[in-house]
Amino acid sequence: MTTTIQSLKSQNHLKRDREKKIVRALTFVFALLSVGTTAGIIYELLNETILFFREVSIIEFFTDTRWTPLFASKRFGVLPLVNGTLLVAAGAMLVAVPLGLLAAIFLSEYASERLRRILKPILEILAGIPTVVYGYFALLFITPILRDLFPETQIFNAASASIAMGFMILPLMASVSEDALSAVPRSLREAAYAMGATKFETATQVVLPAALSGVAAAFILAVSRAIGETMIVAIAAGQQPKLTLNPLQSVETMTAYIVQVSLGDTPHQSIAYKTIFAVGMLLFVMTLVMNIISYFVTKRFREKYE
Amino acid sequence: MSTLTALRDVTFERNLSLRKLKGKLFEIIAFFAILLGIAMLLTLLIDVFLDGLPWISTKLITEFPSRFPDKAGLRSALQGSVWLMVLTAVMAIPIGVGAGIYLEEFAPQNRITRFIEINVANLAGVPSIIYGLLGLGLFVRQLGLGRTLIAGAMTMALLVLPIIIVTTREAIRAVPQSIRQAALALGATDWEVSRDHVLVYSAPAIMTGIILAMSRAIGETAPLITIGALTYIAFDPKGPFDIFTVLPIQIFNWVSLPNPDFHGLAAAGIIILLAVLLSMNALAIWLRNRLQIRW
Repeated sequence: MTTTIQSLKSQNHLKRDREKKIVRALTFVFALLSVGTTAGIIYELLNETILFFREVSIIEFFTDTRWTPLFASKRFGVLPLVNGTLLVAAGAMLVAVPLGLLAAIFLSEYASERLRRILKPILEILAGIPTVVYGYFALLFITPILRDLFPETQIFNAASASIAMGFMILPLMASVSEDALSAVPRSLREAAYAMGATKFETATQVVLPAALSGVAAAFILAVSRAIGETMIVAIAAGQQPKLTLNPLQSVETMTAYIVQVSLGDTPHQSIAYKTIFAVGMLLFVMTLVMNIISYFVTKRFREKYE
Repeated sequence: MSTLTALRDVTFERNLSLRKLKGKLFEIIAFFAILLGIAMLLTLLIDVFLDGLPWISTKLITEFPSRFPDKAGLRSALQGSVWLMVLTAVMAIPIGVGAGIYLEEFAPQNRITRFIEINVANLAGVPSIIYGLLGLGLFVRQLGLGRTLIAGAMTMALLVLPIIIVTTREAIRAVPQSIRQAALALGATDWEVSRDHVLVYSAPAIMTGIILAMSRAIGETAPLITIGALTYIAFDPKGPFDIFTVLPIQIFNWVSLPNPDFHGLAAAGIIILLAVLLSMNALAIWLRNRLQIRW
């Protein structure tokens, strides 16, 4: 009797132990899938990029000033695409950084808890709107206004994409900066007040500098997001890769080029197919570097105050 | 001596009111920065509604895309979006929640765990179009799935996994340690603790995260264009191995056409897309407020 109960007990125990081990192993594999995804991305990009550089010299890729892989006379200088990408991203930053930073300071230093709870979710809606909607808005609302103000504006132009993108990124800039500002210890603010500083002086001369690395991290994340953004530029910025700093002109970004090729019927082995992976590789490396920098900047700022 | 002090007081007072005025001014400007963001949001919504409202009709749901704006609809796009959502959810939810449980409850504190964590954080920052290139190279070409719903759903699942993992971990972390200790003290295994206690208590918060991830997936366009989802589909998709289009791709296609009538159709499509997103977000907020347990 006792032995059967005991053996039943141990059987049950074994069963539960086995279940636990299976679940542990399975969820471990699920978690490993993220590593697999990164590996997959690097493998796929590298694979086609190597094939691409067998046909095109890496020096031409980085120094030639013309990008015409889809034309009869093919040139493979990626600089015009990089130029377009950075031009649009810089414009977006001109909108997102001042507005986002001001919004962050207001939410963290000035707004009452009640006001903060109302304003923040409304602002976050901006980040939840699909990018194709921003593209629509940029092309059919912002561009006509720009063309009224500056008649030389082309139908597809960098500026309209920049403005729409800036508002899309605003909540990211605001929310990461606000986290950094809120993480500054109360004692620093109290010390400033005790020295006779006004609220404004405390916010801008004590709290903001103390949170600077967090704000810098927010900035880098925002740039990285702007560089990788696709649909707004594919709709509103155009398909003309060129070296220009004029935001009223049509440009082409790296992402918009990938979309342009994907929309056409590109044969698998063609050079056009390989170019999108080479451009994708460059885009991936650029955003990766920025994400890593932002990670280390954030880490430093955390060690300082927590 | 006293005149000097009085003079100093006067300049200080004058200076102080100036400093305070500066502060007040700054507060107003900062507040306007937020208002500008909100004003932009309202302008966008009103613009889309004015453009799209005349084009809202039952035809949008019953008709396939067409060269003629009067006959064009979103039938295949809506069905494609539903198919894609369901397939993505089936893959991404168990894997994402499972990975979240592993990292929060089971994972030992070692290098492999650290490595996985850094990976997840990094993947969340990878541009969506890069996932499209991964899907194109891996699922469409190497696995030979072609430009099908299943290839699109797999790509989308990888894209939303980091979001589900991160929100699952946050939800699980909010469950107090005492709950776990109580169950462990009664002899439960760590899996039983997770299954019967931690997951039950954190379910509403995990659901909120899943809904947010799905609403991200429903609006994504770039990765699906990259894997080669088409813009013109004139039949109902029947299964995971059919070619497909989705709502945002159809909107993109209509925006790209020069005929302004198609822009109206695109705006109508955006209204539907935003309505779906809004209801999903409302559901997420409702879940968070009603069901979430506060400790």
